Amino acid sequence: MTFQRKLGAWSILASVLGVVPAWAAGPQTTFDLVLRGQAFTPQTLTVPAGQTLTLMVDNRDALPAEFESGDLGREKVIPGGTRLPVVVGPLKPGRYDFFNDFHPASTGALIAVPPKP
Amino acid sequence: MLATAIIVFREVLEAALVVSIVLAAAKGVAGRGRWVGFGVVLGVAGACLVAAFAGSIAGAVQGRGQELLNAGILLTAVVMLGWHNVWMSRHGRELAREMKAVGHDVAMGERPLSVLMVVVMMAVLREGAEVVLFGYGIYAAGTGRDAMLSGGLAGLGLGVAAGALLYKGLLRIPTRHLFAVTGWMVLLLAAGMAADAAGLLTQAGFLPAIQDGVWNSSWLLTEQSLTGRLLHILVGYTQRPSALQLLFYAVTLAVIGGLMALVNRGGARPQPRTETPDAR
Repeated sequence: MTFQRKLGAWSILASVLGVVPAWAAGPQTTFDLVLRGQAFTPQTLTVPAGQTLTLMVDNRDALPAEFESGDLGREKVIPGGTRLPVVVGPLKPGRYDFFNDFHPASTGALIAVPPKP
Repeated sequence: MLATAIIVFREVLEAALVVSIVLAAAKGVAGRGRWVGFGVVLGVAGACLVAAFAGSIAGAVQGRGQELLNAGILLTAVVMLGWHNVWMSRHGRELAREMKAVGHDVAMGERPLSVLMVVVMMAVLREGAEVVLFGYGIYAAGTGRDAMLSGGLAGLGLGVAAGALLYKGLLRIPTRHLFAVTGWMVLLLAAGMAADAAGLLTQAGFLPAIQDGVWNSSWLLTEQSLTGRLLHILVGYTQRPSALQLLFYAVTLAVIGGLMALVNRGGARPQPRTETPDAR
């Protein structure tokens, strides 16, 4: 019984791993998000819904920052003077707030909109 | 100062709660304080090391080194916690009985304790690295050093106090029930860590979300709130989990829980220690 359940779980995992190469090869759109003077630019970033995106978080301050978002389920330390990728989505249309966990007053949002046909 | 205290508190809280659960789970085992202490010291040392090389780690593997390192840390802790639980489902009853009989701590060998040491080390390392990085950033900037230091100490103190509170609470549970409670806590802790690791691997682009945001319960409870934070640490509450995270959570529960049940069935026969050699 337990063994069967484990087997089932592993086969699900195996099928998930099977789709990885196809998924990783897909196109990915990149958006820049600059952190300078403890503020995000742009403060609201409009992105297409329904596809996997890479946010390049560029911390131009000397202080380290932590890009964090409960809405996106993301959390990443961006040391001062570094530019790092954060993969998000595919998002449903809507607003996704994010902030700098090391300086919570610095906030911003992604606005996911349906792509134009 | 208050802002610093809150930031440091949030980071310390996770490590402190993990340490207190681990300490309670090893109640009655001689030498647990020493091993957990080793774990904290190694974790702090590791945190400083990781913070010192934060730039190179973050830049590694095309900017995805941080996620790989943290996912590796989390999954190591998951394996160790699972191993501990399986070990306890075999020996926990025996341990509780012996503790009651002799009235003091029982020597159970060092293997299970070294496993818990690794868990403590991993928890302290992961959260500690962020605290060190955050604190050093302010220190290096040169402004607000005193406020940062006092705020940091206040946050550290509060986090440790929260851990101590949980530990005291757990110790009030009668020994015969304690290991059942800590067993469940460790199981849920491990499942939550596995889901966190899945989230990091998706964030780095190594694994697909399968479905991003299966639900969104932020209207009910956000992870930013104290309750949300506590539930995130203890049971892996995520306001907007991906299907991959749910899968990791479920698989961890099923595998560790299944192994526990399997081992427990073998060990639950009356008088396991006077078992005659297998007749097979």
